[in-house]
Amino acid sequence: MYEAVIGLEVHVELKTRSKIFCSSTTEFGGEPNTHVCPVCLGLPGVLPVVNREVVDYAIRVALALNCQIARFCKFDRKNYYYPDLPKNYQISQYDLPLAQNGYLEIETENGPKRVGITRIHMEEDAGKLVHQGNIATTPYSLVDYNRTGVPLLEIVSEPDLRSPEEARAYLEKLRTIIQYTGVSDCKMEEGSLRCDANVSVRPAGGDALGTKTEIKNMNSFRALHRALAYEIERQIAVLTEGGRVVQETRAWDEDRGVTVSMRSKEEAHDYRYFPDPDLVPLVIDEAWIEKVRTTLPELPDARRKRYMEDFGLSRYDATVLTSSKELGDYFEACVAAYPHPKTVANWVMGELARLLNAHNMDIIASPVAPAQLAALLRLIDDGTISGKIAKTVFEDMFTTRKDPATIVREKGLVQITDVDAIAAVVDEVINANPKSVQDYKAGKEKALGFLVGQVMKATRGKANPALVNKLLKEKLN
Amino acid sequence: MITRADVEHGALLARLELNEEEKELYTRQLGKILEYAAVLQQLDTTDIPPTAHVLPLYNVFREDRVSGHLPVEEVLANAPDREGNYFRVPRII
Repeated sequence: MYEAVIGLEVHVELKTRSKIFCSSTTEFGGEPNTHVCPVCLGLPGVLPVVNREVVDYAIRVALALNCQIARFCKFDRKNYYYPDLPKNYQISQYDLPLAQNGYLEIETENGPKRVGITRIHMEEDAGKLVHQGNIATTPYSLVDYNRTGVPLLEIVSEPDLRSPEEARAYLEKLRTIIQYTGVSDCKMEEGSLRCDANVSVRPAGGDALGTKTEIKNMNSFRALHRALAYEIERQIAVLTEGGRVVQETRAWDEDRGVTVSMRSKEEAHDYRYFPDPDLVPLVIDEAWIEKVRTTLPELPDARRKRYMEDFGLSRYDATVLTSSKELGDYFEACVAAYPHPKTVANWVMGELARLLNAHNMDIIASPVAPAQLAALLRLIDDGTISGKIAKTVFEDMFTTRKDPATIVREKGLVQITDVDAIAAVVDEVINANPKSVQDYKAGKEKALGFLVGQVMKATRGKANPALVNKLLKEKLN
Repeated sequence: MITRADVEHGALLARLELNEEEKELYTRQLGKILEYAAVLQQLDTTDIPPTAHVLPLYNVFREDRVSGHLPVEEVLANAPDREGNYFRVPRII
């Protein structure tokens, strides 16, 4: 039996207005090579200067991930030749990163698990290479430097992850926490969250690490999961056949569902790091850290705990509702207007989530405002509509954005609670269904359900179900 | 000591094409430079923290503000080759 050992290297683009070392915009998209200046183009004689906001953001993330923040850190040059870097080096941090020794907690089958974070450092993003036609046969590459110099955080985990599921849970939790801090959109599809994985396998329970491979090009949570599952199987197959795993970088091929060797690490990497003489060191004192700490919002773990303790929600419900800051904010706005958290949770995670999913919409874009959902729930409580009708009204609210009271009035959905009116319908149903009446009297409880259904149908769902039940029983017994 | 293999490795990383004579010359010259710098190794630096920067400065920042970009014609003025508003370079994998 083998077990997998996985560590993730995650890059997150920070959403500052300007780049890390110059005042070019970080805005996504734009015509090629229009968001650039002499500094990010690496022209001779220019001087990079650190964007203070980048350091504030980086400290915020480091605190949210329980890291120790360096009191002294510096920037280094990582040298390599590749056309996505106009300077032929990337400004990064090497031996004195901004933060180290953090952790976050994930949910696993066997309960919560703490995953270590080795380090967090700041660096600049590289440009984008565009290939026309087939990358293997095209004679040239086109380069767009708009993204060059956009601030990045590199967040490296300890090799604490043991399965593709755990790796995915870690990346999702990391994204949630960073989104809460508000420093990045973390959109994998736009490249503002990117992930590489180091993977090895070893006999289960062993201490020694096997030879690892590095997996790149995983552009979604699903791709991460599939690529790791494939790579673990591949390495186990190699070892089982008596071979040895080669240390190398492999690319995930989404279409074929396999990892493919990119280059051997043996001769490759010699980055010749040295301190960047253009940038002076950073000294981060306690006062600075504390000031950033005050900008941290309540983080998902603390919020989940509060939902469980104050609102009496299950761990599962509390986890779902805190999985994004916006969802939690929406839920709390509803609870403020309608203080029954469990009912609100059921509606938000049930009807609302279902419709949002079906329309591929985010909670931010919800057509139903928290006050409107609260108003709907009050209409159920005061007997104006039944719970069943409420679901139809809610679908209407979602498509028309109208208030629930308006929809109920326009469609004549007010619940019938008038005893005489319901009694009349009950009589009709009894007369029209002698067989079911016979069955019920013979002891078949199920027949009553059918009769209730007939009354509801005749009133188009508007009869108060409790009254219908009561009247039917009275008349049949 | 610098060996000929070191020079070849450095040249590869720096994308320099050296002929046999140059390799010979640089091996000798770089060796002499290192030999000279090795004088510094004799100093006792036990209690001296590593130097991160030669100036006694730290925390030099700019505010997070966007200002002007270079016009795209100037951006591409020195490009060895272009296609539309892209730099065009040999394909590298």
